[in-house]
Amino acid sequence: MKKKNNILKKIANKAYEFGFVSKIKTDIIESGLSEETVRLISQKKNEPEWMLEFRLQAYRHWLTLEMPQWAHLDIPPIDYQAISYYADPLKKNKDNKNKEIDPELMKTFEKLGIPLEERLALSGTAVDAVMDSVSVKTTFKEELKEKGIIFSSMGEAIQEHPELVRQYLGTVVNYRDNFFAALNTAVFSDGSFVYIPKGVRCPRELSTYFRINAANTGQFERTLIIADDDSYVSYLEGCTAPMRDENQLHAAIVEIVVNENAEVKYSTVQNWYPGDAEGKGGVYNFVTKRGDCRGNNSKLSWTQVETGSAITWKYPSCILRGDNSQGEFYSVALTNNYQQADTGTKMIHLGKNTKSTIISKGISAGKSQNSYRGLVRVSKNADNARNYSQCDSLLLGDKCGAHTFPYMDIHNNSAIVEHEATTSKISEDQLFYCNQRGIGTEEAIGLIVNGYAREVLNKLPMEFAVEAQKLLSVSLEGAVG
Amino acid sequence: MMGNEQEYIELFGQNREIIDSACAALLNSKRQDAFERFKATGFPTRKDEAWRNTPIAKQFGIDYGMNLKRAEADVNAATIFHCDVPNLKSHRVYIVNDSYSQAEGYSRELPQGVILGSLNAIAASHPTLLEKYYNRLAANGDSIAQFNTMFAQDGVVLYVPRNTVVEETIQIVSLIQANVEMLLNRRILVILEENSKANILLCDHSSQEKQSLSTLVTEVFVGTGASLNIYDIEETANSNTRVATMLVDQAADSHFNHCCVTLTNGFTRNSISVALNGRGADTSINGLAIGDKTQHIDNHTLVDHNVADCTSSELYKYILDESSTGVFAGKMHIHPGAQRTVSQQTNRNLCLTTCAHMYAQPQLEIYADDVKCSHGSTVGQLDESALFYMQQRGIPADEARHLLMYAFAGEVIENIDIVPLKERLHILIEKRFRGELGKCKGCNLCK
Repeated sequence: MKKKNNILKKIANKAYEFGFVSKIKTDIIESGLSEETVRLISQKKNEPEWMLEFRLQAYRHWLTLEMPQWAHLDIPPIDYQAISYYADPLKKNKDNKNKEIDPELMKTFEKLGIPLEERLALSGTAVDAVMDSVSVKTTFKEELKEKGIIFSSMGEAIQEHPELVRQYLGTVVNYRDNFFAALNTAVFSDGSFVYIPKGVRCPRELSTYFRINAANTGQFERTLIIADDDSYVSYLEGCTAPMRDENQLHAAIVEIVVNENAEVKYSTVQNWYPGDAEGKGGVYNFVTKRGDCRGNNSKLSWTQVETGSAITWKYPSCILRGDNSQGEFYSVALTNNYQQADTGTKMIHLGKNTKSTIISKGISAGKSQNSYRGLVRVSKNADNARNYSQCDSLLLGDKCGAHTFPYMDIHNNSAIVEHEATTSKISEDQLFYCNQRGIGTEEAIGLIVNGYAREVLNKLPMEFAVEAQKLLSVSLEGAVG
Repeated sequence: MMGNEQEYIELFGQNREIIDSACAALLNSKRQDAFERFKATGFPTRKDEAWRNTPIAKQFGIDYGMNLKRAEADVNAATIFHCDVPNLKSHRVYIVNDSYSQAEGYSRELPQGVILGSLNAIAASHPTLLEKYYNRLAANGDSIAQFNTMFAQDGVVLYVPRNTVVEETIQIVSLIQANVEMLLNRRILVILEENSKANILLCDHSSQEKQSLSTLVTEVFVGTGASLNIYDIEETANSNTRVATMLVDQAADSHFNHCCVTLTNGFTRNSISVALNGRGADTSINGLAIGDKTQHIDNHTLVDHNVADCTSSELYKYILDESSTGVFAGKMHIHPGAQRTVSQQTNRNLCLTTCAHMYAQPQLEIYADDVKCSHGSTVGQLDESALFYMQQRGIPADEARHLLMYAFAGEVIENIDIVPLKERLHILIEKRFRGELGKCKGCNLCK
């Protein structure tokens, strides 16, 4: 047992790979949040008047809100005045006022394995790289443009496609939605904007890479994806942050609009800095992600691998408004050391013959707390709704916790809703079997955990799946017993 | 805090002496603390997670009468209550409205040392015995439990000394019989000492056409190696609101089995909270709810695995017709160190109409790793192919539906150990599905 505990510890103690800090000259505004801050951000981004109004409205509403307490999380008080709400790593070029990428910044992304030069992008994925508050570079833009696809930073989209942004922004996640949605709407700085026109199948995987670099800043990005009729897009999101002793706040909003017969696949590998083994530092990841399947026969699929962040609080959701629309949620959430996660999904069935699937795999190790919280709501008119939910939790060690809080609100008698959940540890038998066949305990645990998460990992695009698999074993290293 | 509580706070303040004057010192000694706690929180609102789908404060809004002066009801419980269980040998006691009633005719001789009777009387005659138990669990209960402690004046006590087996079922019949809107506060205290054994049948009846609201707090102590079955059957009226809280403390190697059946009611909230405090304890809590009209049935369960090597199982089923609402929230809380826990929870629900609502919330909170815990919950309808199969073989559609519903409900009833009660419930449930419940011959209650 002791030996196994050591292996557990070893797995748990594997260092965070992306914890370096890049020395990049960054334009950071003073910390603090006021109407002035909101105006300043809007001004820095050279936004039209309606955008400023949109932000101010949200800011004023945010002032009336209190931080919600219902999650199964222990969140130390956050001083919103101590955070800087805008950090820009791009330096201004005096001549043409265009921003130029710092070579140091290029190096950073290379170090992270994100090639910003298109010639290097052999993987064929178009990337929008966001550092701190600003989108650094978006690759393959021209090629996508030929097909009519818009893939740009949010800031650019507000300038170049204001009509589209105005039509859709805030229609899926209203600023009144919750505390962090209001905060994000007030101060969001950048993010990705995707528009897939009618009948177009996006030829590349689109990807956004988020990086927090500057100290004492929060990242508040906003992503808006619109898949018009009969279109398809697969979108990936990855993120890392340097190791710092203080906690950093990341409060993002992702809005997805899926029109008739369209399909969106959204995959996340979340690897924000989780804090050290004593629970010091780490990113607070409070995110509102929601997709609206507006059209008939539309489909939205969320896949997430959550291994980072000191505290994760997010529920990627689907509003199944169109008839025959489908929502899927596949999640692996791994917590270690003092990490806390309260994550899950909401499936809101509104249209007829809607279907949703939830597969959630939680893995807790160290002294972490891992909760699944999910809602399945079948409204009165959602005839023949079908839901299947499965939430499994795996406990590694006796100091951690695994919790399941599903909610089912059913208002239609033709609905079939199923939920099942199990919690257990890796059985001695499984380990013994592997040992017997010459597989070391640590390796065996890696194998078993990967097998356990396979159902979800299989849903990830290939390159991501490999990365996620590695990430799982790394995050777990030293955690098993 | 907002809403109706202010009225009750004032009522309590003004009538404190009247309440106290009719009661034993032990009951009175707990009121102040409960009052302070109630004042601090008030009635739960929909913002309280545990009351999200059960708006209880509204139920307290009606101008109820409370029998604080303990006027005796002018009824003989034994003559108005006929819905007994055939072939069931039982010791029967009554709570009429919220007073223990001395109805004669059904008491048999109890084993030596067993105490069964009025809470108020026994609190006066055996204060040292009850001191250890009364309000020990309810003191940390929710605000409705505090409300009950503030106002409770009577109820039933069952005490079974060590190594004693009470063979015959103890039937506690609660009747609501009044001509005005009534608010009743009842209290039951069950103490089983080491290696003792008992079966309790709680029957909740009301014929009330006027609105009534009853709070019921049941505190249960199951000693080491003791075994207790509690069957709780509600057959009240649509005008009745029931807020029942059962708090159970189990010692090592004890066994507790609970089955809560809601056949007819108005607005019901049953909370049961079981604390497994000794190794080897085993608990099984089950429930069946059949709702139609605008019935509201809420079952809230919590099983606390505080120590290692305990087992728990849960099975709750709902059949919801017309505009009824079902709420189920069940939590299994496995505390640190509660290794080798085996815990299983199942919740299955049938919605029969488009107006029926079901809110299900099975929960696991687990802080120990060597456990086997699972829960499953489903909401659906009767199996179309099964219905078709039966019709094909000449069973009319309606009959086929009844048969399937009956089978669905049967799984819960099977957990009942008392054969005559099981048979009786099968009949009651079948009648309930046919809409024939309330037609028992000669029963004044059912009319």
